[in-house]
Amino acid sequence: MRRLRVFGSLVKDSLDTITHGSKRYHLWMALLTFVMLFGMYCYSIQLEHGLSVTGMTDRVSWGLYISNFTFLVGVAAAAVMLVMPTYVLKDIDFKQAVLIGEGLAVAALIMCLAFVVADMGGPSVLWHMIPGIGVFNFPNSMLTWDVLVLNGYLFLNITIPLYILFRHYQGKEANPKVYIPGAILSVFWAVGIHLVTAFLYQGLQARPFWNNALLGPRFLASAFAAGPALIILVLAIIRNFTEFKIQDKTIKKIAMVVTVAAQINLIMLISELFKEFYAPTHHSESAYYLFFGLDGKDALLPWIWTAIPLNVLATVLLTFHKLRNNFKVLFFCCFILFIAIWIEKGFGLIVPGFIPGPYGKIAEYTPTGIEIGVTLGIWALGAFVFTILAKTAIGIELGTLKYKKNEGI
Amino acid sequence: MSNNNKKWFSLNLGRKEKAASGSCSCGKTSGGCGGASNSHHITDEEFDVAAINASIGEERTKDGFEQVFDVKMDRRTAFKKLTASLLIGAGAVSTSCSVISSDENKEKSQIDWEEQFKGNYKLMTDEEKNGTVDRLVRSYQLRTGKTISMSSKNAEEDVLFGYAFNISKCKGYMDCVNACVEENNQDRNSQMQYIRIHEMKDGKGFNFNEADDNYYHEVPAEGHFYMGTQCFHCDNPPCVEVCPVQATWREDDGLVVVDYDWCVGCRYCMAACPYDGRRFNWSKPEVPEAEINHNQHYLGNRMRKKGVMEKCTFCVQRSRAGKNPACVEACPTGARIFGNLLDPDSTIRWVLENKKVFRLKEDLGTEPKFWYFMD
Repeated sequence: MRRLRVFGSLVKDSLDTITHGSKRYHLWMALLTFVMLFGMYCYSIQLEHGLSVTGMTDRVSWGLYISNFTFLVGVAAAAVMLVMPTYVLKDIDFKQAVLIGEGLAVAALIMCLAFVVADMGGPSVLWHMIPGIGVFNFPNSMLTWDVLVLNGYLFLNITIPLYILFRHYQGKEANPKVYIPGAILSVFWAVGIHLVTAFLYQGLQARPFWNNALLGPRFLASAFAAGPALIILVLAIIRNFTEFKIQDKTIKKIAMVVTVAAQINLIMLISELFKEFYAPTHHSESAYYLFFGLDGKDALLPWIWTAIPLNVLATVLLTFHKLRNNFKVLFFCCFILFIAIWIEKGFGLIVPGFIPGPYGKIAEYTPTGIEIGVTLGIWALGAFVFTILAKTAIGIELGTLKYKKNEGI
Repeated sequence: MSNNNKKWFSLNLGRKEKAASGSCSCGKTSGGCGGASNSHHITDEEFDVAAINASIGEERTKDGFEQVFDVKMDRRTAFKKLTASLLIGAGAVSTSCSVISSDENKEKSQIDWEEQFKGNYKLMTDEEKNGTVDRLVRSYQLRTGKTISMSSKNAEEDVLFGYAFNISKCKGYMDCVNACVEENNQDRNSQMQYIRIHEMKDGKGFNFNEADDNYYHEVPAEGHFYMGTQCFHCDNPPCVEVCPVQATWREDDGLVVVDYDWCVGCRYCMAACPYDGRRFNWSKPEVPEAEINHNQHYLGNRMRKKGVMEKCTFCVQRSRAGKNPACVEACPTGARIFGNLLDPDSTIRWVLENKKVFRLKEDLGTEPKFWYFMD
């Protein structure tokens, strides 16, 4: 009963926190709301006319939605790179950052689920997928695995920070015995969500571009580069605009994680390119399409040739300690690395899987305005959710948000 | 179908043996997986207990509201209870709330409600299959005033459908494509076609990359040959494995079918198919009323809706009635051969035994039941 009252007060206080802020904060939230509304309008058009309003066709049947979904699973998984040192290895440096990381994971997962729902042809019958009342084709379909691991990870990433913040809110210390097992579980779980998502594609013998053993490991490497890169950028923004103190040490340590992951990612990229182009087979055609175009069809060329140089540049710059420790360079590197991996692991991965088609047909894919509108709306939703979570968490951590015992009695 | 009966060539690549083919997880080949067949004439109290058990205890085997509530009783009890259960349903709510709407509207909304929350066809008992078919027929009648006949005929025993395609005979006339579209009520706006005819250059072999599957000139074109593809009804279909809700499955007679009402439209099966055999309804499919084929099957050519998958079913509405699929019947050159692989006297068996047959992408281990041969 007391807990319930404290929780009620927490909800009330956090509502109070998120509705009050600087002018810039209100402007930011208004902008996000506007983009979300625009996205919802676009989605309503899609609901009315079907997926024909998107650029997808029978030839290229997954597009921007699934690309963003794939990428965001990686971002969500990256929170673990902060959880592990803090909770498991007892390295206190990250403690400040870890709540932000987990908030980011929650936002990314919500975006993932939104993208999947947006991609469904029949969102009204999605209850068919709920275990118990629907038919859940487990364990045969990798998609059911993905549903399980994503929702499980979402649960973990909501409950752990909620418990810690709930204790801090009451001015008490969180009991490590309660949250450490969850934290350790989430470490394995994060690897799981990304591997399972990779297996979603890797297991299709029909698509040689995806059907290679390196896909899973490469997913992990690129995720652990792009995710922490985004966390660094977010921490930099939070450091600038709030009282929340994040030490240089913390950012430098995360930068180290980004660097190692980016280096491994680059090695795997080289291995992949070597396999596709040294002795090209029939199965290398998708890679040819992606990097050089086929039959004069080259819609992805500008994208991939933006991604690769950015990726290489960022990795090289990050490798040098002097450059990495210069925060201006670091933030720049993180930004271009994030963009590069978004392209490479988004539509650079999904679209070429369908081109050429099973019988060699080359039909290109260009997202439509409505599709882009829905995508932007979902990204805005993610940013909105994250801002709310971060603002509350920062308020509690700074002590401005505290449970007042006398309140309401 | 037992393994001893298997007379066609089979590559043993990644093939999984199935204990009871085409049955649900409980292992029974017919009927629902509940105790529908063994508990007869139960009292009301027993029914209540059973209903609770059914809705909580065995959630894993029974699926959909229909299957959860309607098991554990025989047909008579089912009908008796149907009235009661409908009272809780919003179908009844909407009927009792609306004083002005006509009986037809009430019936329509009731059908809509029941259709929205019915179970997966694959797991339905024969009565439930008849029930949904009756509802769909009635719904069509209420909406258009026209009567259709819809079958829910199950696979027959000792039947396994197979198909052979004579590359020497095909001249690319595309009569099969047109017949297929007319027979199967495909969306006319998007010009959906299950069959693709690939025009290939002589002397280049089976080079699909340089083939044209969208030609608009007089055929047969000089120096070209033709090859048709469609769903191959694999014996080890990758599309079935990946479906998250089992909305697509392999029937006992080898047909790979889709429950259009159960499909959630994720298109994972489309990505998994190596043969370009699946189609998606990107918008609401439309067929002019005059062109609709009224002879339908639940798993075949009944009207589809927006956002679901569909595919060639070897014209299940025809093949299970003992007829050839529309493409076979329409082919003017006799390039297409269809029949029962388990019947030693069938033409398809003669072709498999006397011609040098091959299949596409056999290395993938999908075991298509669609063979090519040449004279």
